Amino acid sequence: MIQYDNHRQKLALICSGQLSLQENVEFFLSNIKKQSNLNAFISVFEEQARKQASLVASKIAQGNAGKLAGMVVAVKDVLALEGEKLTCASAILANFTSIYTATAVQKLIDEDAVIIGKTNCDEFAMGSSNENSAFGAVKNPVNAEYVPGGSSGGSAVAVAAYMCDVALGTDTGGSIRQPASFCGVVGLKPTYSRVSRYGLTAFASSFDTIGPFARSIDDVAAVMEVIAGYDDRDATSSKIAVENYITELSLTSDVLRIGVPKEYFGEGLQPEVRSAITSILDKLREAGHQIQEVSLPSTRNAIATYYILTMAEVSSNLERFDGARYGERAENSANLNDMYCNSRTEKLGKEVKRRILLGTYVLSAGYYDAYYRKAQQVRRLIKEDFSRVFSQVDVLVTPTAPTTAFRIGEKSTDPLEMYLSDIYTTSANLAGIPGMSIPVGSDNNGLPIGLQIMANEFQELELLKLGSVIEKIMR
Amino acid sequence: MNKEYRYEPVIGLEVHAQLLTNTKIFCGCSAKFGAAPNTNVCPVCLGHPGVLPVLNERVVEFAMKMGFAVNCSINQKSIIARKNYFYPDSPKGYQISQFELPVCENGHVIVSLKDKEPKKIRIKRIHIEEDAGKSVHDLPYGTGIDLNRCGTPLIEIVTEPDISSAEEAAAYMMKIRQLVQYLGICDGNMEEGSLRCDANVSIRPRGSETLGTKTEIKNMNSFRNVEKAILFEINRQHEILEDGGSIIQQTLLWDADAEEARPMRSKEEAHDYRYFPDPDLLPVIISDSWLSSVRESLPELPASYIDRFTNVFGLPVYDAEVLTQEKSIATYFDEVCKFTTDYKSASNWIMGEVMRILKEQKIEICSFPITAEALAELINLCQNNTISIKIAREVFGYMIVEKKTAGQIVKEKQLVQLSDEGAIRTIIAEILTKFPNELEELKSGKEKVFGFFVGQIMKETKGKANPQVVNTVLRAMVTEL
Repeated sequence: MIQYDNHRQKLALICSGQLSLQENVEFFLSNIKKQSNLNAFISVFEEQARKQASLVASKIAQGNAGKLAGMVVAVKDVLALEGEKLTCASAILANFTSIYTATAVQKLIDEDAVIIGKTNCDEFAMGSSNENSAFGAVKNPVNAEYVPGGSSGGSAVAVAAYMCDVALGTDTGGSIRQPASFCGVVGLKPTYSRVSRYGLTAFASSFDTIGPFARSIDDVAAVMEVIAGYDDRDATSSKIAVENYITELSLTSDVLRIGVPKEYFGEGLQPEVRSAITSILDKLREAGHQIQEVSLPSTRNAIATYYILTMAEVSSNLERFDGARYGERAENSANLNDMYCNSRTEKLGKEVKRRILLGTYVLSAGYYDAYYRKAQQVRRLIKEDFSRVFSQVDVLVTPTAPTTAFRIGEKSTDPLEMYLSDIYTTSANLAGIPGMSIPVGSDNNGLPIGLQIMANEFQELELLKLGSVIEKIMR
Repeated sequence: MNKEYRYEPVIGLEVHAQLLTNTKIFCGCSAKFGAAPNTNVCPVCLGHPGVLPVLNERVVEFAMKMGFAVNCSINQKSIIARKNYFYPDSPKGYQISQFELPVCENGHVIVSLKDKEPKKIRIKRIHIEEDAGKSVHDLPYGTGIDLNRCGTPLIEIVTEPDISSAEEAAAYMMKIRQLVQYLGICDGNMEEGSLRCDANVSIRPRGSETLGTKTEIKNMNSFRNVEKAILFEINRQHEILEDGGSIIQQTLLWDADAEEARPMRSKEEAHDYRYFPDPDLLPVIISDSWLSSVRESLPELPASYIDRFTNVFGLPVYDAEVLTQEKSIATYFDEVCKFTTDYKSASNWIMGEVMRILKEQKIEICSFPITAEALAELINLCQNNTISIKIAREVFGYMIVEKKTAGQIVKEKQLVQLSDEGAIRTIIAEILTKFPNELEELKSGKEKVFGFFVGQIMKETKGKANPQVVNTVLRAMVTEL
């Protein structure tokens, strides 16, 4: 049973003795067990979580606990945690143990969060349905015949199904926002470089971001305040100062200039999703916010550009999984080359191999200019689109995904159809800007609908501000 | 017609220099050579999932230094790229290197060969990159991999195909070694692999403008082997062309024991490296102030030493070149010259006796037992006629063993030169009476006997008599008789 809306309330309840952190952890552990059919976790740290809970509880009692004291966190299993398995939901790392901890995870631990386990996801974060996992598909808690979205499906489910307070996911093309939308939770993808990628198993290095899933904007803000910031282990991380999101949120009630990009409301958009978004926009207009239509003409090139560039990076990033030094190795290979071929053929999943092959192709001599270089140029155009629009508006509002969750197996045979479920999310990754999905109701089947907010780079606070407004509307 | 005349070799070299930074290029591990296998490693250089490289700026600095030393232009924005290939000693499956926009471009060095015009060899580029690990074959359980070397910083120096003989290639390598040692960026040890060289070799009919098919030779781990391997390859290609055959583009491995270059299996070289900018590393930006501070920090380079040694110390060019081949020798000479003004003698001593001892004892000048000041003292004792050059060589021998100064040794062993004419006259008179027959011969004009008497006098004085004084006095005494 949860008696709190956010971490601040939780901490107050613990301090006043109305909530025991140990019991709270037991509650989450039992939820994980009861709902094991959802397959949200790859590893659960039962004993460590209990130990940590007692430790943090006494720290709270002594008044020297960290900012996130007692927040129970699940971590997507592409993030490293020393001494624990790091599988990336792949057979090639099924038995691999990390020898160090990711910066983002360490920052949570340093603030006395309790790490409860590592969540299932698409293999190496490649997928939009969480069906591409060597540990089996993750299921939507609203209806287990539906996908939870991907790739951070396990993290979305863990939060939606009360298996933890918050979860870390990663977002390369929508992998936080789309599952947040499908599962009815809040999910924030920060600006590229805002959160250190050190310890995040790379999928596409110039796109990858780490961000939180939570049931409240407040908790998203609390986690962001801790995990954001420069890290000398990540040369691409930004030195721009991190704002005090929570303080700022409690202060302001600005009138926001909200842009609605017309390209996000075209063909293929599920009518119930469209009307849910429109209805929110109407209420925002009523509340005095300025709504205007804007245009992002390069949007139509986003999916192609996204897949060319990310696959190129995938082909290089995944070369280290070759069976030579760590991870699983195929038996009985005649020579080195066979060992490489057999290990990768046997131990990597179909979607991962597809992307490696396509990425290898686009970087090959003779094709580089036509694909990779061209796609980089288009990426610049997409960025320019956004900076032009953000000179007119503070935030953009769009659907997070064209549909609500689809049935397990529905799109798994058609990769192109599957890729199109990222159509509204990839642009933010191409441009490096932050985006957040927030639940705004459900369709006739009771499946959640997500609304996406995007803002200019390092304007996470704008996302949170509008998110708070919408959160209040929805209550 | 001989082959040297009909064909012209066209050679380009790619030289890898391991940089003497304290830490590796992308992590904080020690870059020191010689640790136990797989001890200087961390998640980053082991290529574990999730790790990220962070550039060691000293590496860029060292590359800039080399760039300045070989007259390159420095790109103030350069790009770090991934070179993708699978090999067990490359943990990430790619090497972090540079492709488009290296740190330095368009330089040159001048190499001088004996009896030939100085030759300008253009340098196309210098880029920074990480080294791979080392496969250790023939272990009891098969092949092992030592990843200590993984991530050790390298610069790769690539020439234009301006080299036209094996001899020139070796001279170029010596030049590069000389420069990296002067700059203090690499120890220049080819045998230990801290300076490595690959050669691209082709030949074409003399006067032809088009390039022939080239081969690449690897694994030449000494200056002699560079020369031998390239010569081998030139001759091999020549024989093929003379027989009407054609050259296959391939990579060859030099086998120093067999003294032949053998092709690597073609599979190992069929690479498409799929270079692309490394998304984990931002472009390297060199600010104006960084550029100028590195330029100002450059140490004195060989050309300047040679200039000084010839113009200030008045040495012949040959001496200056020999003395500057290694920086430590040049600075030793400089130091000696602080304590003596007999520069040419200092040069003679170092090029002769000192280098002989270094070679015999296989030591470097830094562990040579005679300090520069002590050598200068010995030179000064000669210059002011306290001892003869012959005695000086003897004293030098004592100094090596006894670790005493020349003055002490001369004093202890009473080696001061006898220059007093009266004393020498007395000794000569005695000797002349001892050898009456020879004296008669000398009187009758037999010059050979003059030498005999000088020898007898030196013997009597245990070499201490001043030879010039002996000559003059003996000549005078014979004439008087």
